[in-house]
Amino acid sequence: MITEFSGKRITDLISVIPSKISKFDDEIHNYSFTREQSIKLKNILGFDQHRIVSNNTTASDLCEYGFRYLVDQKKFRPESIDALIFISHSPDHFVPPTSSILHGKLNLKEDCLCFDINHGCAGFIVGLQQAFMLLNNKEINRVALMNGDTLSRKTSIKDRNSYPVIGDAGSVTIIENDPLGKPLKIFTKNRGKDAMVIRIPAGGFRTPSNNKTASLHSDGDGNFRGLDNLVMDGGSVFSFVQAEVPNMIQELIELNQISMNDIDYYILHQPNKFMLEKLADKIGVPYEKMPNNIVENFGNSNSVTIPLNLTFNLSKELLGYSPNKLLLAGFGVGLTWSGLIWEMSSLKSCEILEFDDNNG
Amino acid sequence: MKEKILKILGDIRPEFDFNESDNFIDDGLLDSFDIVTLVSELDSEFSISINGEDISSENFATLTTIENLLKVYI
Repeated sequence: MITEFSGKRITDLISVIPSKISKFDDEIHNYSFTREQSIKLKNILGFDQHRIVSNNTTASDLCEYGFRYLVDQKKFRPESIDALIFISHSPDHFVPPTSSILHGKLNLKEDCLCFDINHGCAGFIVGLQQAFMLLNNKEINRVALMNGDTLSRKTSIKDRNSYPVIGDAGSVTIIENDPLGKPLKIFTKNRGKDAMVIRIPAGGFRTPSNNKTASLHSDGDGNFRGLDNLVMDGGSVFSFVQAEVPNMIQELIELNQISMNDIDYYILHQPNKFMLEKLADKIGVPYEKMPNNIVENFGNSNSVTIPLNLTFNLSKELLGYSPNKLLLAGFGVGLTWSGLIWEMSSLKSCEILEFDDNNG
Repeated sequence: MKEKILKILGDIRPEFDFNESDNFIDDGLLDSFDIVTLVSELDSEFSISINGEDISSENFATLTTIENLLKVYI
């Protein structure tokens, strides 16, 4: 599906990472593989270090920290927020919505819509789309989009397929109506029949957690995880991405009647380094136009990889005067794949904050 | 070519004899992460870039299927 919008603008973009760094070299002893095998994978997939929350820090804590920073910087007044969207697989509780908790903590006005959306890898684009639809209502002029995940707490440390790549992070994106905002089209597709390809099998109402779901078992490939843990069918995810993402990018290029060279940067969700290099090779994009260093520096933080990529690699460009033509694309959990090409005007904020959750 | 492929496979999973298997995937000799390593090693050894869509379990099931895949790129 293609949805069309115009007159929208991101004014402020903040990523928040926990201060704790966990290094792959220090985790190798957790895995039942030879050191040589693990080092090979480290180089190929980009495992190096990832950010992990400590204690009981939640995704909402990271987002709250980012929002308060913007308010302290007087970028906007909290009472000017007309809608809050929280996108995560890591809610504080099943009930109430985490967006309601954030609404209360941040002292937002009662005339403010709150939504929790359970989404992952495509969640930043899904969030933008939701924000744009809300902003088409005349009552809504400013939306706070908060993306966050702390899935390290749901990933087995003895699972080399998942744990080294997972990172925790949050982001806050402030989106407004802007008459000068350029028209844009968002591509979105869903394939629910493959929804269980990326899953946490237990912990919901279908399979509640218990001692049995918490116990680790071998997957036959040398990884140990429980039903309470995140599991990804790597081969299926890889095939899906390599088949569908190039088609989506091609369709977006055609819809916008431009060429691949007209895009300044390709900012894609980053499952791992290998997958993105293969995508770049296939669609013929130079590596320097597709920043691919989020996994090795921070880990894959689901819907936060795109804002983290923007704040880590492009803050200078996005804070500058000249607009940047960006292709943003997320893909994974759902299975959902979504993207857009957007000539983004200058941001007022674009930075990464570190959250010290030992003292936070 | 076959010898080079066998050498790479042996480096990735030295505990297995790849000559004794009819299907590396079904027999549990290679998992999806081994295939990623194998693709990276083959890319490097033969100076190619195997297309992501070709990275399927079918194409890495036997020495013959791997050879046939490489012939497309070489």
